[in-house]
Amino acid sequence: MANIISDETIEYVGILAKLELSDEEKEQAKRDIGRMLDYVDKLNELDTSGVEPLSHVFPVNNVFREDVVTNGDEREKILENAPAEKDGAFKVPKTVE
Amino acid sequence: MQLTDLTALEMGRKIKEKEVSVREAVQASLDRIAQTDGGINGFVTVDAEGALARADEVQKGIASGQYSGALAGVPVAVKDNICTEGLKTTCSSKILYNFVPTYSAEAVLNMNRAGAVILGKTNMDEFAMGSTTETSAFGPTRNPWNPDHVPGGSSGGSCAAVAACEAPYALGSDTGGSIRQPASFCGVTGLKPTYGTVSRYGLVAYGSSLDQIGPIAKDVSDCAAILEMIASYDKKDSTSIDRRELDFTSALVDDVKGLRVGIPSDYLGEGLDDEVRAAVMKAADVLREKGAVVEEFDLSLVEYAIPAYYVIASAEASSNLARFDGVKYGYRAKDYDGLHSMYKKSRSEGFGEEVKRRIMLGSFVLSSGYYDAYYLKALRTKALIKQSFDRAFEKYDVILAPASPTTAPRLGESLSDPLKMYLGDIYTISVNLAGLPGISVPVCTDGKGLPIGVQLIGDCFKEKNIIRAAYAYEQARGRWVAPELAACEKKYDGAKACGLNNAYEIHEAVSGEMRKICGGVQKAASAAKEVG
Repeated sequence: MANIISDETIEYVGILAKLELSDEEKEQAKRDIGRMLDYVDKLNELDTSGVEPLSHVFPVNNVFREDVVTNGDEREKILENAPAEKDGAFKVPKTVE
Repeated sequence: MQLTDLTALEMGRKIKEKEVSVREAVQASLDRIAQTDGGINGFVTVDAEGALARADEVQKGIASGQYSGALAGVPVAVKDNICTEGLKTTCSSKILYNFVPTYSAEAVLNMNRAGAVILGKTNMDEFAMGSTTETSAFGPTRNPWNPDHVPGGSSGGSCAAVAACEAPYALGSDTGGSIRQPASFCGVTGLKPTYGTVSRYGLVAYGSSLDQIGPIAKDVSDCAAILEMIASYDKKDSTSIDRRELDFTSALVDDVKGLRVGIPSDYLGEGLDDEVRAAVMKAADVLREKGAVVEEFDLSLVEYAIPAYYVIASAEASSNLARFDGVKYGYRAKDYDGLHSMYKKSRSEGFGEEVKRRIMLGSFVLSSGYYDAYYLKALRTKALIKQSFDRAFEKYDVILAPASPTTAPRLGESLSDPLKMYLGDIYTISVNLAGLPGISVPVCTDGKGLPIGVQLIGDCFKEKNIIRAAYAYEQARGRWVAPELAACEKKYDGAKACGLNNAYEIHEAVSGEMRKICGGVQKAASAAKEVG
């Protein structure tokens, strides 16, 4: 495997991805990402100098509209999906001491 | 012929002519689901009560003239990543195991306006990440042609449900082949429209620049009619395209005289199963006999599509799936220490292995220091792939290709090696990268009795070309016969076959809630047991 993913990199990617991986999962992720990158390195065979990155297949422009409320008050329906709620709001663990 | 054997348009005609009531049509599908879905596990949720109530409502609407379309009253199955107001939408993931949308996707609203009756939600690879429907948190779907094989994915539940005649038609979504490949594996017809044709509003995003909703049905005419119904310009989807002509059924003409058809010779080389290659040639011969000009050509860059796709799709997925954090909906971990621990634990426990794999890869390629080398490189490759299709469509109206290198693999064969599974998407993925429309049509079965489909690819906004070619081919092929399911019902213990063990394991983890999810499956499973 040409791409060796370090412990630090996996830690860092785990933070970016907001995932908590077990030691076993970390080892697996190192192997998986390394193997995928070996495969993705194939793209380096292509000369893409002067080629603009194509994020969208059609030329798109910003779609502007007036900020008008079109939906009704759905608070109750929305909160029914919440894992925890309090006083008509989403309840989350304490974030400030 | 049974009611459930009818195509969606045939069913629509019978309803219109009052030969069949909407309730009868819906009940026939529900009975069929109860009989067969225990062995197939095509559905995550079956909404029998809601469907019957809606059937009566639609019947009245047809009488009053409110619903006059060709598909009014015809029942439909919807992939479980397409939001349906008031009906659970799980993406076959534990992290959304109890999510009930407060709104419907625009495609669903378009169907409702045309008098559709939703039977329930179909199983899929978790968040549409997979090619076999085995990554579903609710157990794999089985291929109706042989339950030891996968239905393909990620719209495996939708394709299996149509193949097993549980639903006359279904909606799927296609990010890298997720409609066309399972359609090929299950012997049904599936169409992925040009990017921007069907609104993505209410489709749970995976790879936003690639995702499209599309129809899955028994034949080409149905697909054209369904696409005509669901396609619309929608201001709520910023990538929606205002297309003038959406009269896709006008292309249902048995005439391909002079149509220029190209077969990429670089699709026919190593890795392609001989029987699949023969099927492509068979379809080519049929089109040639009907007056099309068919020749092989070099498309080029074929081997770069998959690596580019997995970088782009994973990058977009890592961003799109950031919203699942255990705050607003879905699963929240039980034990945690503070806000960040709650996020991390909920996500780690809620997402399955393949989803986590792609989120990790996506986060990596977007991280500083790697962004240019991987993400931008992939977007540049995408530009080159688009150019090679542009060149091809200067010479050809339609590209004829395999939908998948092989027929449906056995269950469990693909999961052990993700990279191998990714390689199976080689003929479908570049179509998404270039935003093109593609349709998969069944041709024949292989030596093992599994269906083989071929793919017809058109230039952007040229759905009518592929619909015309597919329709002309289909006229020569004749009516496609659904698989014999009797053996499947008898052979399989419903509960075991539909992966309830898996669902129950999750049930243990998240306690009482899960029973509700499995309600539909359980009912179907016990019914299948009685039948068996």
